[in-house]
Amino acid sequence: MSAAKTSWFTRSTLLLGFAFLYLPMLILIVYSFNENRLVTVWSGFSLKWYGELFRDKQMIDAAKVSLEIAFMTACASVVLGTMAAMVMTRFRQFPGKSLFSALMTAPLVMPEVITGLSILLLFVAMGQTFGLFEERGVMTIWIAHVTFCVAFVTVVISSRLSELDRSLEEAAMDLGANRVKVFFLITLPIIAPALASGWLLAFTLSLDDLVISSFVSGPSSTTLPMKVFSSVRMGVSPKINALATLLIGIVGVAAFIGWWMMAREEKQRQRDMQLALQQGG
Amino acid sequence: MMARLKKYLPGGKWAVIAPPYFWMLLFFAVPFLIAMKISFSSIQIAMPPYTPLTEWANDTLQIKLNLKNYLFLLEDDLYLKAYLSSLKIAVIATFLCLLVGYPIAYAISRLPTASRNTALMLVVLPSWTSFLIRIYAWIGILKNNGLLNNFLMWLGVIDEPLKILHTPIAVYIGIVYAYLPFMILPLYTNLVKHDNRLIEAAYDLGCKPWQAFLKITLPLSKAGIIAGSMLVMIPVVGEFVIPELMGGADTLMIGNVLWKEFFNNRDWPVASAVAIVMLALLIVPIMIFHHYQQKELEGRLT
Repeated sequence: MSAAKTSWFTRSTLLLGFAFLYLPMLILIVYSFNENRLVTVWSGFSLKWYGELFRDKQMIDAAKVSLEIAFMTACASVVLGTMAAMVMTRFRQFPGKSLFSALMTAPLVMPEVITGLSILLLFVAMGQTFGLFEERGVMTIWIAHVTFCVAFVTVVISSRLSELDRSLEEAAMDLGANRVKVFFLITLPIIAPALASGWLLAFTLSLDDLVISSFVSGPSSTTLPMKVFSSVRMGVSPKINALATLLIGIVGVAAFIGWWMMAREEKQRQRDMQLALQQGG
Repeated sequence: MMARLKKYLPGGKWAVIAPPYFWMLLFFAVPFLIAMKISFSSIQIAMPPYTPLTEWANDTLQIKLNLKNYLFLLEDDLYLKAYLSSLKIAVIATFLCLLVGYPIAYAISRLPTASRNTALMLVVLPSWTSFLIRIYAWIGILKNNGLLNNFLMWLGVIDEPLKILHTPIAVYIGIVYAYLPFMILPLYTNLVKHDNRLIEAAYDLGCKPWQAFLKITLPLSKAGIIAGSMLVMIPVVGEFVIPELMGGADTLMIGNVLWKEFFNNRDWPVASAVAIVMLALLIVPIMIFHHYQQKELEGRLT
């Protein structure tokens, strides 16, 4: 079986797979433009559910809270995740390394109900003992989100770091740059695309989280998934279809831009490397 | 001045290790200890709604470890049933994910190099939109007067709408749909590294395609299968949203039991005990996952 020509099996599997993944979303989008209140009965094109969505003040407020938390979560997770990824891939041995790596992989799979409940109990205990976090809200949700997002960001950045050509860093070190300088001048620019995708991953994970937020939120901080969840529990509503379409649209455009930029940078990187090799040789 | 300061400060290495280490210890590891502590206390009507474990009276320190919550989990067979049914649903759903995900991952790894990343991105893209919205999409498709039933009735295959939503089938569909990318990614990472010459050699020696697959590709992809299965199975055991929105009265899952104990009954000690037992059940799978994940990160690949 040669990899060069795409076989009949490959084609049909991918076609079926992508149909399974995308058809439900396509249906969701189509019915957001349905005039009928009954989501599954088509009675004409209309944008009225988008109007209803934007007039829903609670929904808009919840979206603002979610976006704010997601932005702060993504920034903090990238900083901590880059540090953790450097530790995982560059530091061979230090006391407590195995605990460190366990702390970085366990959140990837830990059921959210356990994480959410436990961190809430921590906040309550800290409130009792130190008077911290007595008012739960944006701050506590942010801490909880950073805690599980760091693990995902670490995976993304580590995999980039471990496939990175170490000779560039070593060369800079030989030329007298210290470790900090090497990191900021050599390593960071090379892993920048991974930082960007880590940031976006943390942003979407935070924006999407329902369970952990429900545990650690306060009375004044309802996030968008919490609002959507309570309205989906009531039943299907075309307003949610409109919201879904907007979300899918934003993610689609962002992903396309990200994909395009990464593809371009990858090409540029390979060209630079080849140029450097040619000049060096 | 700087030199003297440097002597007292721990090495620069620790300036990189400490922030993530400290954060994860405080906000990820310590909370489990607190949950364990609270699982040994009793409920009381106050804020917070549990009794302290230690008491200082008459110059004696009393530590009360209340095992009542754990005994309660054993006595009421609701909990045992919920744990078993969660495990069953998680194992079956993981197997279904593997069944659907393996061919997709394999097909992507066979694509020309240039289109692999695009195909992979198309797999991941849905999970970058909202989890809730993807579940919501299936509710619209599967419900009694939903699209699937309308379509099948229009075709004339069925006369009465099939009840799919609020049955275990809906839960399995929801889980496979939501968790599929987590299965495909580690499988793909593994499959794409296989040396094609092994397969060619097997063909030369007279192997049929399915024999080559069973004898070479499948055993070589063991690490990917384990990583993907753990990545799906472990979180699904504690899944809350999918059984809540798509399951029926007969879909009992431990995540929902914990949620109800906490939010509806406000019994924090029992909720903590439920979480600690769940953690104890999952610790071995988590360690297996960690083992494979670490191999992956350190680049020692099969």
